[in-house]
Amino acid sequence: MRFMMLMIPKGYESAKPGTTPDAKTVAAMMKYNESLQKAGVLLALDGLHPPSMGARVSFPGGKPKVTDGPFPEAKEVLGGYWMIQVKSKEEAIEWARRCPGSGNEVIEIRQVQEMSDFPPDVQKAAAGFSEMQTKSGRSKK
Amino acid sequence: MTATDTHRAIEAVWRIESAKLIAGLARIVRDVGLAEDLAQDALVAALEQWPEAGIPDNPGAWLMAAAKNRAIDFLRRSKRLNRKHKELRHELEARQETAVADNDTAIDDEVGDNLLRLMFTACHPVLSSEARVVLTLRLLGGLTTDEIARAYLVPEPTVAQRIVRAKRTLAEERVPFEVPRGSELAARLSSVLEVVYLVFNEGYAATAGDDWMRPGLCEDALRLGRILAELAPKEPEVHGLVALMEIQASRSGARVGPSGAPILLLDQDRARWDQLLIRRGLAALRRAEELGGAEGPYALQAAIAACHARARTPAETNWKRIAALYKTLAELAPSPVVELNRAVAVAMADGPAAGLKLVDPLTSEPLLKAYHLLPSVRGDFLFKLGRLDEARAEFERAASLTRNGRERTLLLQRAASCNQSKP
Repeated sequence: MRFMMLMIPKGYESAKPGTTPDAKTVAAMMKYNESLQKAGVLLALDGLHPPSMGARVSFPGGKPKVTDGPFPEAKEVLGGYWMIQVKSKEEAIEWARRCPGSGNEVIEIRQVQEMSDFPPDVQKAAAGFSEMQTKSGRSKK
Repeated sequence: MTATDTHRAIEAVWRIESAKLIAGLARIVRDVGLAEDLAQDALVAALEQWPEAGIPDNPGAWLMAAAKNRAIDFLRRSKRLNRKHKELRHELEARQETAVADNDTAIDDEVGDNLLRLMFTACHPVLSSEARVVLTLRLLGGLTTDEIARAYLVPEPTVAQRIVRAKRTLAEERVPFEVPRGSELAARLSSVLEVVYLVFNEGYAATAGDDWMRPGLCEDALRLGRILAELAPKEPEVHGLVALMEIQASRSGARVGPSGAPILLLDQDRARWDQLLIRRGLAALRRAEELGGAEGPYALQAAIAACHARARTPAETNWKRIAALYKTLAELAPSPVVELNRAVAVAMADGPAAGLKLVDPLTSEPLLKAYHLLPSVRGDFLFKLGRLDEARAEFERAASLTRNGRERTLLLQRAASCNQSKP
């Protein structure tokens, strides 16, 4: 089973462009990431730039509308994620517990949907989904 | 948290901690069997205490402390309290007193070393292949006896017995708890990789409808391979094996049709290939190559798999490269099956006549006598060359050799198509 551990850092919703965590926090996180790697469960991870550097697209009445960040109404935003391969939700939770978080951080655990989770008709409609993932990964050799 | 929730949480902790725990204990008591018993005792203690007290902040340390306490008790009670036991007991008691900081890199290295020792011990050549697999899954994979039994479709008592016998053999043969060195290392590492790949293949061969523990073996093998890659990062063949497994696993969503029938690689819907795993596999292959291990057998097989993985459609496959890789593999680890695969690649690159030249000598190969893929491949080449009567004979022969009903139907259809193509 695959799970995403979504990092939700308090205050990141109003972080200025170019904000990066301090060296001490980074060092602690690197050690944690290493422990996931050493346990053979880490599939992928990334940090995300703050919303002030991003944008949102909404679809009022079915028409796309672009709003530049930051987003004052957003109470929680993502700071980054890990994707891990484990045997149960409990195992994912146990890994999340080991993250060196402070009173500032919340990790949300979400199971990744896999093709076999879907009924056949949805699978058919989704055929070609991996193809889209392909295209984004193709640039990396 | 309900009792069941806590139970599942404890199981999860066990999966994360058990290998390190057993490895650390084995280093101290110098007996893998005893180490596992002590670890199990610690688990029992956890199951008794954690539902009430909650899961400790550092579950690994808690389990190790609990196991060490039991070790001291055991050694104290041991009737034949010989010098060795006395020494061990003193050593243990001394270790209990020195509290070492958790974030010590030296501790990390020691944990890694012990895990490596455990891996080499579980895969020791004095054990049968079966025993190595079962012991590795148990001690390093953290699988329960029941899980192993379900994965291998054997009764649980059989697995339990194999584990007991394996531990006894290690003790009787006085297998030292160490990482092999020098000239021994290559062969012993090869043995470890072989066990991991055996587990992977068992999972890969699982079909729809099997207990989900079976395809789960692929994930177990991948996890063990990835752990090994971290423990022995300078060994190219480790990365080669990981690359091979990641890329093969990337195809698992495309390998089986809606009715459960297997789909050949060239017929698979490539949109269902997992690009995350392919990316990881290609990265692992690069590591193997950067370490100078491009010509290791696992790296070569991974490179072949990578050729397929990189091709967006079957038509874009670099068959020339695949043929060259099979040639190198054949020189390194000659086998009739490798030669057959090479012939297929050569035919794709240079045409059926070239393929036939390589396949014809294989017809007298005793190892391939009952291998249905040989006449199947030969039939395909002959068909493409317009030698239809010979092709039909080969397809019929292949159909008679295969035990798979669906494959037999396909081969008989190909045989029939040889008649229709007559001008």
